Amino acid sequence: MTIKHKAIALISGGLDSLLAVRIMQEQGIEVEGINFYTGFCVEGHTHAIRNHDKDKQKRNNALWAAEQLGIKLHIVDVIEEYKDVLLNPKHGYGANMNPCLDCKIFMVGKAVQWIQENRKDGFDFIITGEVIGQRPMSQRKKTMPIVAKESGAEDILVRPLCAKNLPATKPELEGWIDRDKMYDFSGRTRKPQMALAAKYGFTDYASPAGGCCFLTDKSYSDKLVDLWDARGTREYEMDDIMLLKVGRHIRPKSEFKLIIARDAGESKYLEGYRKQFVTIQVVSHNGPLTMVDGDIKPVDFELAAGVVARYGQGRDAKKVKVHILVPGEDIKIMNIKPLSVEQVDEEWHV
Amino acid sequence: MSGYELDARRMLCPMPVIKTQNKVKELAVGDILSVICTDPGVLSDIPAWARINGHTILGHQDNGDEITIIVMVGS
Repeated sequence: MTIKHKAIALISGGLDSLLAVRIMQEQGIEVEGINFYTGFCVEGHTHAIRNHDKDKQKRNNALWAAEQLGIKLHIVDVIEEYKDVLLNPKHGYGANMNPCLDCKIFMVGKAVQWIQENRKDGFDFIITGEVIGQRPMSQRKKTMPIVAKESGAEDILVRPLCAKNLPATKPELEGWIDRDKMYDFSGRTRKPQMALAAKYGFTDYASPAGGCCFLTDKSYSDKLVDLWDARGTREYEMDDIMLLKVGRHIRPKSEFKLIIARDAGESKYLEGYRKQFVTIQVVSHNGPLTMVDGDIKPVDFELAAGVVARYGQGRDAKKVKVHILVPGEDIKIMNIKPLSVEQVDEEWHV
Repeated sequence: MSGYELDARRMLCPMPVIKTQNKVKELAVGDILSVICTDPGVLSDIPAWARINGHTILGHQDNGDEITIIVMVGS
């Protein structure tokens, strides 16, 4: 009787992991997927807070990929554990606040842990969609063995898209999978993956050029560093990292920052924070809801309201009426003159 | 068969899916779980999660502010 071998695959929702799993399925391997949610993952639904994305099809790409492959998917919340990866990356950061190599080591290590904690499920090895040369930090010929070693996966880590460029792994040496039926992709070109996707009949997959993590984004990283600098600590909570994805961020003073909704969708999202944070809204004209992050003193209310009024339809009015709501207090009503473009210092924009 | 409720309001996907997945692990086959959410993304994500993991969506209610999805736990 032939023993059926089983693998756990890291599923990001992108094309590479989709293909890696299908290659293994073609070799008779039973696969389940695992997806780690760090809080920084780029997902359609966080973008969908904004109005203009409402017509986009809403889907989680990891779930979509799992459904295309006909595999189970385990989504794991690693938000707390991931803090150490972000704050203390052994291998440092990429161009922005992205600790890509440490992140990959962490995720493969979590897959190793998953195998150990679910022995009854009989997983034999781990699959990733890594390709040599695909990413400047985490997917290089030099870093591939580092991921395998430091994650603890060692020789049970299989990268079907570039396996022929790497030393043989245990599943190959044991004959569970055929090395000749894997690939030797390398470099940043996406053409081989796209050709393979066409061969397998995959269409409508997540954009190959799209990154999967907000930490690779300069604007997001700048906001994160600003938050840490302003607080004097690099601690963060889930709400902090979500709010960095929302609104226009303006810091008129070091003690507080204004998060100004850019449309009705973001205003609705910020509504959920009214009980926790000071909020400001122009009520005499249409305007965005604004949340104050940090410690705002009453003496700064007029400045803050003036900035907020700049982003509403009353920006050219002589005076606008503003409501300031401090949680647990009565609404404060102010009539103020909106700041001019020149008065909103360019350096305030985070 | 028992009925359960899960509050996933103000969470953005995939957190409602993760919370649903983790709650379902504690339940028995045939149990019914009502998941209350505010992110409209759950209308796509929770059914997709249910399909690939062998659970059944019995229906959903959407009152404009909150969405309740009814899941029957599969094997």
